[in-house]
Amino acid sequence: MEDKLIIGGTEVNSRLFIGTGKFHSNRIIPDLIKRSGAQVVTVALRRIDFDSEEENMLNYIPKDCIIMPNTSGARNGEEAVRIARLARAAGCGNWIKIEVISDNKYLLPDNYETIKATEILAREGFVVLPYMSPDLMTAKRLRDAGAAAVMPLGAPIGTNKGLKTRELVKILIDEIDLPIIVDAGLGKPSEAAEAMEMGAAAVLVNTAVATAGDPVMMAEAFSLAVSAGRKAFISGMGSTKEYAEASSPLTGFLTE
Amino acid sequence: MSFYDKYQEYKNFDFEKFFNTLTDDDVLRAINKERINEIEFLTLLSHKAEKYLEMMAVKAKRLTAQHFGRVILLFAPLYLANFCVNRCAYCSFNIGNSILRKKLTLREVEEEGRAISSTGLRHILILTGESRNESPVSYIKECVQVLRKYFRSISVEVYPLEVEEYAELVEAGVDGFTMFQEVYDEEVYKRVHLGGPKRNYRYRLDAPERACKASMRSVGIGALLGLHDWRREAFFTGLHADYLQNKYPDVEISMSLPRIRPHVGHFQPECEVSDKNFVQIMLAFRLFMPRAGITISTRERPEFRDNLIGLGVTKMSAGSSTEVGGYGLREKSEGQFDISDGRSVEAIKSVIYKKGYQPVFKDWQAI
Repeated sequence: MEDKLIIGGTEVNSRLFIGTGKFHSNRIIPDLIKRSGAQVVTVALRRIDFDSEEENMLNYIPKDCIIMPNTSGARNGEEAVRIARLARAAGCGNWIKIEVISDNKYLLPDNYETIKATEILAREGFVVLPYMSPDLMTAKRLRDAGAAAVMPLGAPIGTNKGLKTRELVKILIDEIDLPIIVDAGLGKPSEAAEAMEMGAAAVLVNTAVATAGDPVMMAEAFSLAVSAGRKAFISGMGSTKEYAEASSPLTGFLTE
Repeated sequence: MSFYDKYQEYKNFDFEKFFNTLTDDDVLRAINKERINEIEFLTLLSHKAEKYLEMMAVKAKRLTAQHFGRVILLFAPLYLANFCVNRCAYCSFNIGNSILRKKLTLREVEEEGRAISSTGLRHILILTGESRNESPVSYIKECVQVLRKYFRSISVEVYPLEVEEYAELVEAGVDGFTMFQEVYDEEVYKRVHLGGPKRNYRYRLDAPERACKASMRSVGIGALLGLHDWRREAFFTGLHADYLQNKYPDVEISMSLPRIRPHVGHFQPECEVSDKNFVQIMLAFRLFMPRAGITISTRERPEFRDNLIGLGVTKMSAGSSTEVGGYGLREKSEGQFDISDGRSVEAIKSVIYKKGYQPVFKDWQAI
């Protein structure tokens, strides 16, 4: 059975997306991407130093990757739209991860402003992947506004706390006919596997990889976990049972 | 409500009595909690907590990596003018000091800007003394227009302004604001600010909030360490940062720890702040406000600065000069204070890499 991930008409060959914001050096990025097999790489436009050969993060991302600029720093929908346009004008392609954060204390996304930005950018032909707090009504509106995927958080960004929003993300997976990509909060490969087993289309990680002792090896570990989780999901896992099932059933005498 | 109301709450608080009642358990509880309140923050600034700096450091390091990653943002200050109408006992720019006064022409601003940006820096902090005649808001705006060509982020550290004036600066391309209250203790404040508009404690205290109201993207505050008991001053700095963060959640709040440095004049600091004290303040800041920026300037010695990397600092100045015209002009003024870390941007960059962190030159751009 073919198991393709298609986003905005493009076939993506890895379900592990990588964030680039927190590494101790950009120089490890090429190796990290190669070893993890990741193809979609997100970069904050605010960080891209177009004027410097050495500091320009884009120079470290292999050419066959899909660059997904993000709107980090946007405080409202309007700023997100402006950042997205700047990114496209600067040659970063037409994928955009919308990140609107008006709360620096918890860094939780502003769903309302995110919907507004999604409407505008989808109309302008962007492949829009909005980062959001998992909420079904918001996800429906994002879908109706033209989002190419929906990216709910697993836990507050940077916390490495795992899939704390499990029940809510599960509802999005069941109800929204778009790739659901768990973004933020995943701290361990096992948690990425958990999201994938549940049916997430992909996961995006940054902090967990960047702050590991060996980021390259950790990226590889995440990649294996994502593949394992995905395979488990498409293989049709046995459901969890509330009670033990005896091999000689108690009701075996009922022959009707 | 203003932060002044918060200050009043603690103004007559018996700090010594509080510190004396603390137990080791109080300190440990504060260190091990996920989020601490203001009293627990004060606990971490206590004498008692000095024994637990290593534990605090481990947690601060983890929190900083978690929220900011393994990166340090670099910037440089650019002094535009040192004309000043104030009499601050601890500052070289004091109107009573006979130093060479200078104000950069726009051409000189361009030359200095070009020199700084050639080192790779993309963030700049522009400073002036307080003189509405010599360096009015219109002049600052003209300088910003010139510097926008070379820098992606421009912050200001100038005399306190009105909300509308901050908004004008934002409109002109400024995205960051820094202002040190110098000293939160109102009485000490009056004692060291001997003359000039800066004697108005409240007007300065509320300036960061006015900057927030004007939609400034980042706002940095701090107390000049040495002017008064550092435990209280650090406490009020943290409370101020927390107040601003809660009221203006979309603003990036940061705290600086400027330690008083040799300068022109005879002022002697009231209290000494040792390296150990300095680190305790920084760690307490990080545990209290895990998301806030922490800025360390070239006031600190190279080896000390290097050791702070990873413990909580998120922004560092590099290759700095505190002189007007200090980046290459033939004629330059005396500096505002003597700097300790005179290394080049290139040298600091390589130290940061060696420490396992990435020096970042650009973390914003005008949108």
